[in-house]
Order: sequence, then structure tokens, then C-alpha cells
Amino acid sequence: MELLTDQGLRLDGRRPNELRNIKCKMGVYNQADGSAYIEQGNTKVLATVYGPHQPRGQARNRIHHDEALVNCQYSQAVFSAGERKNRPRGDRKSQEISIHIRQALVAAIRTELYPRSQLDIFVEVLQADGGNFCACVNAATLALVDAGVGMREYAVACSASLANGEVPLVDISHLEEMTGGPNLTVASLPISGQVALMEMSQRFHSDHLPKVLERALEGCKDIHRILDDTVRKHVEETGRASGWGQVDRAGIVL
Amino acid sequence: MQNIKIRLASERVSTSLTFGEEGAPQLFTPGETITDNQRVMSGHGTYMDEENKDVLKASVAGTIERVNQLICVRPIKCRYMGEIGDVVVGRITEVQQKRWKVDTNARLDSVLLISSVNLPGGELRRRSAEDEQMMRKYLQEGDLVSAEVQSVFSDGSLSLHTRSLKYGKLSQGVLVKVPPSLILRRKNHFHNLLCGASVILGNNGLVWIYPTSPEDDSGVGGFTQNLEQVIDKEDRERIARLRNCVLAITASKLMLFDSSIQYAFEESLNYSIKELLTPEVMLDVAFRTRHRLQAYKDS
Repeated sequence: MELLTDQGLRLDGRRPNELRNIKCKMGVYNQADGSAYIEQGNTKVLATVYGPHQPRGQARNRIHHDEALVNCQYSQAVFSAGERKNRPRGDRKSQEISIHIRQALVAAIRTELYPRSQLDIFVEVLQADGGNFCACVNAATLALVDAGVGMREYAVACSASLANGEVPLVDISHLEEMTGGPNLTVASLPISGQVALMEMSQRFHSDHLPKVLERALEGCKDIHRILDDTVRKHVEETGRASGWGQVDRAGIVL
Repeated sequence: MQNIKIRLASERVSTSLTFGEEGAPQLFTPGETITDNQRVMSGHGTYMDEENKDVLKASVAGTIERVNQLICVRPIKCRYMGEIGDVVVGRITEVQQKRWKVDTNARLDSVLLISSVNLPGGELRRRSAEDEQMMRKYLQEGDLVSAEVQSVFSDGSLSLHTRSLKYGKLSQGVLVKVPPSLILRRKNHFHNLLCGASVILGNNGLVWIYPTSPEDDSGVGGFTQNLEQVIDKEDRERIARLRNCVLAITASKLMLFDSSIQYAFEESLNYSIKELLTPEVMLDVAFRTRHRLQAYKDS
């Protein structure tokens, strides 16, 4: 199977620089401080944020006196992939992804604003179709914005690959992951262009790295634009219903 | 058979009350540049860029507030940020030496010092070691209290006091949790509603609904908890209806204050209490409440 046809189309009919369709929603739960849902193609992820709050239980021994303690848990629903998973969380792979998500988000969160506090981030993959890590970071970012947690900017992740040894592809689907080819995952802060995390699944020639990396960063910028639109729409809608918290003389809101 | 309703996610009712209305204040999202004017000061929700020290950027998503040179961005929803004089409702989480720790839905637990409560028996009484040993008698873990914010510590945690008869331990009633940003700041947060129940609208987003006591001034203060008193059925139904009304108007992000709750209660009378939990009815109650608030404003 070829990753790219002669006409320059990918297996699912996208062009090399096209993202999958992104749908997102903020504020899906009432109980959590912040929550979000994102669909990137067929990859579907829910994220919730609790806190910053007083550390309770085990975390009390690990509090930092100058910054927030950030906990992150990645879990993948047992029905999310083609083959049924045995453990939704806690296996080696999930733990590794949890650590990576935490690393990407801590680069963006202004933890110094919340000393002695704890911030819990939970992400759950409902359907896995490639780019799970990327969708998780993006969903967690939206949930953090929804929770009103101070951030330097959005943390956005995107993957890229190389087809036919020369053409860089953005936003890799599960099929493309399986067909072979290297997979470069980048979590970045797209406004300043900083890279928070970079991971490579296979070796490829270092000559190709700049263009693959550039394609992934471009993808991050495109996703950032979509996330930002969602945030604006959400803030505008909720803010308008509450009259922006403004009051007139008689104490009537509107 | 229990009557359980299950619906598809695609049939979810949108709680939005605004239909294509125009005009909004300027919004900022995290990382967006607010200004590169060097004379401004950075307030809450903003930060100075690390690379270019002149550029002021937003760190939360929300509206901008400007007081002379100070620029703040206020998020649409966040944890409770206490201010001196706020009325709060909280739950005791810990009893320590000379203080109680209170969970007030803020970033850190608040502190209620034994010296800032009115102990039973006389206003001005020396606090002895005996009192410290009796602390768990007055308030124990899990008790709900209403209190006022006395001061804010440098790490952002709050110090509370209950030095007034209206504050103190809460006994019988219903607690509702709503986003703190939906509580309107007013002079008075204790209301005896016309419909026959009372509410405490805590600035921290905890709303306490309780039956109006027959003696007017006694209020809810002190450390006595009367659990023997039987609340009759009508009062309970009124409280349950109020609770559902509060949930309905906050689901549609309307601000909570005495008249909005009263209007919602009146508009909800067309429905049974149980029906008020279905999304369509919640939306209808919120819509009618908003309409009445608007009509009141226009008149």
C-alpha cells in the first residue's frame, strides 16, 4: 500500500498538508472545573480538569511551595481500538503517554501562579484512530482554558510523517501509522513557536527532519486557529447569557 | 418500575438562550497580545512576555478590565477568588489547633480561627485551653458553615470569621453548587424569598436553601443545630423546587440573585417539581426568567 498516490492524494483522500476534520466542544461536564471534547477525524477524546485545589490524600506529601502540582492521567477506553484492550489505564504505554502529556501541558501552564495547589487532568480516548497523543493534548488544552487556568498560550500537538521518502504528511491517521513510515509527534506553543515535546517513532535521514518538523509545526498552527475559534465562540456565548456579569443601577443584569 | 428516560447524545438540548445576538466586548484568549505599550501594568490573567518584556499578553480567556494603567483579563469561569467581605458557604475539612480548615471551593482551603468565631455564652470571653479542646464539639468535619471573608493571605488562601449572628453552622436545608462567576455581588446575600424559603447565595458558588424560620431575627447563626425540628412537606417541596430552579437558570448561565430566583420559581409553577429536571423544561424556565428580567429592565 502506498502512502501517497501519483495524483498526490493520501489513503483517506487528503492532500499531504491537510488536517483531518476537527470538531470540538467545551464545558461538557458540570461537576468538573473544566472539560472539553474533541474529534480529530475518527479519534475522539474527552478531557476534564479539576483544580487548582487543595492537595488531598497521597498528594499532600508531594506539594510544591512555589508552583502547582500537576497530575495527568491518560486512559484509553477498552472499546476504543479494533482489538479490545485489557486495561484501560495503568499499563506501561498509558503511563508513558500520561508523562508526555504532562510534559507538554506544564510547558504552557503558569504553574507558578498556584503554589501549594494541585491540578488534576484526566484524558480519555473514546475512539482511537491515530494521533491519540495529539488529540489528548489538544483536548486537555481546551479543558484547561475552560477551567480558567492561567496559561502562557495554548499547548497544541500534531504529528507528521514522510511518504515515499520525500513528501512530508501532516496529522497521521491510524492506517498511515500502520502502513509504515516514520512518525514525528510534536507538541508546541504555536504563538512563540517553541517546541515543548518531540518524539520520533522510527529512524529517518536527518536531511528530511527540517521539512517534516516544519510540516508538523504548521499543523500545530492550523489546529491552534481552530481551537482558538472554539474558545472565542464558547466564551462569547456563555458571557452573553450572563450579561458579562455587568449590572445596572437597579441591580438588574443584562 | 422506575421511570427512567434515556436519550441519544445527538438529541441533547442546547442550553443557549442567545439567538444570534450581535455585539460583544473584546475577548482575549491565552497567548494573545493585549498591548505593547510599556506604561501599562500587568494584572490578573495577564503576563509580560519572557522574550519581549514590553509585550503584555493574556493568560486566560475572557474580557478585559482596565483601571487606569492596570490591565486585567477576567476569565468567564474559574475557581473562587476571595475578596474581603464576601459571604461564603463552606464545609469543615479538618480540625486543627486553634483553627478549622474549611473547603470553600477556592484554590486552597480557608482558615477559620477559633478567635474569629463567637463562642456560645457571651460576646467577649477569654478563649481558654478548654475551648480548644472543645472545638470538635462546636464544628466537626463535614459540617457546613456560612461565614464572611476576613482577610486574604499572601498565598491566596482566605481567613474567615463568623462574628455576626447571621453567620454560623447550617442545619437543615439543601446545598447547590454553581459556578462562582454566576453569583451576582450584592449588598445582601441572605434572602427571605417571597415564595416562603430562604437562601444564602455564597460568593464562592455554594447556594444554601433552607426553610424560613418563624422568628425573624434568629437567622441561622450560632453553633446550634436543630435536627429534631420537623420541616413540613410544603416547605420541603418549596425547597426542592427552588433547587431545581437554581439548577435550571445556572445551566443557561443566567446570573443568580434574589429576583432571578424568585422569577424562576414563579415561572416554574406550571410544571411539577420532577419535570423541572428535564432539559426542555429547564430551558423553558430559564427562557421565561430571562424574558421577565428583560421586561423589568425595560419598564
